[in-house]
Amino acid sequence: MNEPVLPPIGMLAELTHRCPLQCAYCSNPVELLKANREMDTAGWLSLFEQAADLGVLQVHLSGGEPTLRPDLGELIACLARRGVYTNLITAGVGIADGRIEAWAEAGLDHIQLSFQGAFAATTEKIGNSHGAHEKKLDTARRVRAAGLPLTINAPIHRHNMEEVPDFIELALSLGAERLEIANVQYAGWALLNRKALMPEREAVERQVQIVEEAQERLRGIMTIDFVTPDYFAIYPKPCMGGWARDAFMVAPDGTVLPCHAAGTIKSLHFERFGDWSLSRIWHESSAFNAFRGTSWMQEPCRSCERQEIDWGGCRCQAMAIAGDAAATDPACIKSPLHARMGALINEAISTKTADTTPDAFTYRRIGRVTEPMVS
Amino acid sequence: MTGASRVRAVVSMQSRPILKSHARLQYDTVREAWALLSPERVFWPNEVSLDILRLCDGRHSVALMISLLADQYAADEAEIAPDVTGFLQEWSDKFLVTL
Repeated sequence: MNEPVLPPIGMLAELTHRCPLQCAYCSNPVELLKANREMDTAGWLSLFEQAADLGVLQVHLSGGEPTLRPDLGELIACLARRGVYTNLITAGVGIADGRIEAWAEAGLDHIQLSFQGAFAATTEKIGNSHGAHEKKLDTARRVRAAGLPLTINAPIHRHNMEEVPDFIELALSLGAERLEIANVQYAGWALLNRKALMPEREAVERQVQIVEEAQERLRGIMTIDFVTPDYFAIYPKPCMGGWARDAFMVAPDGTVLPCHAAGTIKSLHFERFGDWSLSRIWHESSAFNAFRGTSWMQEPCRSCERQEIDWGGCRCQAMAIAGDAAATDPACIKSPLHARMGALINEAISTKTADTTPDAFTYRRIGRVTEPMVS
Repeated sequence: MTGASRVRAVVSMQSRPILKSHARLQYDTVREAWALLSPERVFWPNEVSLDILRLCDGRHSVALMISLLADQYAADEAEIAPDVTGFLQEWSDKFLVTL
């Protein structure tokens, strides 16, 4: 590391792993933490104070389902006092009356609400939760009534890709300013369920056309952010904007990680907030410094003109597919293993069982399974 | 609000732009720079952008903004008008400013 370490801008706070939904593509680790491992209110408040001191400008309050924390309002108020922008990422199921208004009062800036399907049947099947869709619609209306800006998040995979035009209509009808069409990233539970979730190439191409057309048609009416599917890509995404470059995440027990899935890189050791200060973790943690900047890169990244555009792509995807966390993300066409992505798509499609049956999913549950070994 | 009733706002000389409630302009003491905070992004507006954004208070019309900025930069109104309206249209389209 020769370049100075700049302060982080964004922080994803996974307040809990508990969740009423059981989505098979959840980005949480497969080994979920129970409630008794969660950091207490004082711990989170202290962490948020240190984050603001360090330069964090935005905190995404997520989970699991963050609204299961009764202290959410107190956490929002602390961040708001420090001028930190707060974004609540929720599934919007079972939020008690008055709470949304209380969070708005406490200074919440924005809510991101997920929909697993554009229709009730899809939402219920994907989340394995009866009545979830109606509850989400109700939450969206309450968010708007509380005067809070709303983003609808639609995680996309084989079982709902055909609903993309309907997601766009749904988000418009709910008064959302923003819609995220986010193709599932194959880490955590999604990696475990990759064969059941992988879309077909033709469907992906149709989706790209539909989204690009809608982005043009809805310019100035609703923003559509499109997270394209890695396995069909030519170049990798700059995952987290570059490892430990301007963002990090915190697990429910206070473990601080460079990204969601970093725990799948078994050679890394992560510190917990409380044992170390946040500033010390950001600057000195060996896990944060492992892939920071460009000096760790191997070929073809080392001599690539795109190295500061995509920062080598996703380290966890390199681990999962190349078996080496320091390899070029195989999503990159320059990776010697790029063909493996296509092979994995074909393998998933050729072995797919009776489509749309949820039986193929390993639904997300605490204490259910162990981390998959996939290559 | 229904989907069909939503239309794109187009900037005019009479528009009185105001920052959206979910967009916040604040001085970052750590980096010693002005930041515009929005749901997923942080923008670092340059001096000219900052001067325009500071006038987005719902009271100044676009025509008045152009006049004030022309004075401030000792420039011709006709010369800077397209830049100012272009900037405001772009920021309206990004959902950061209400026209």
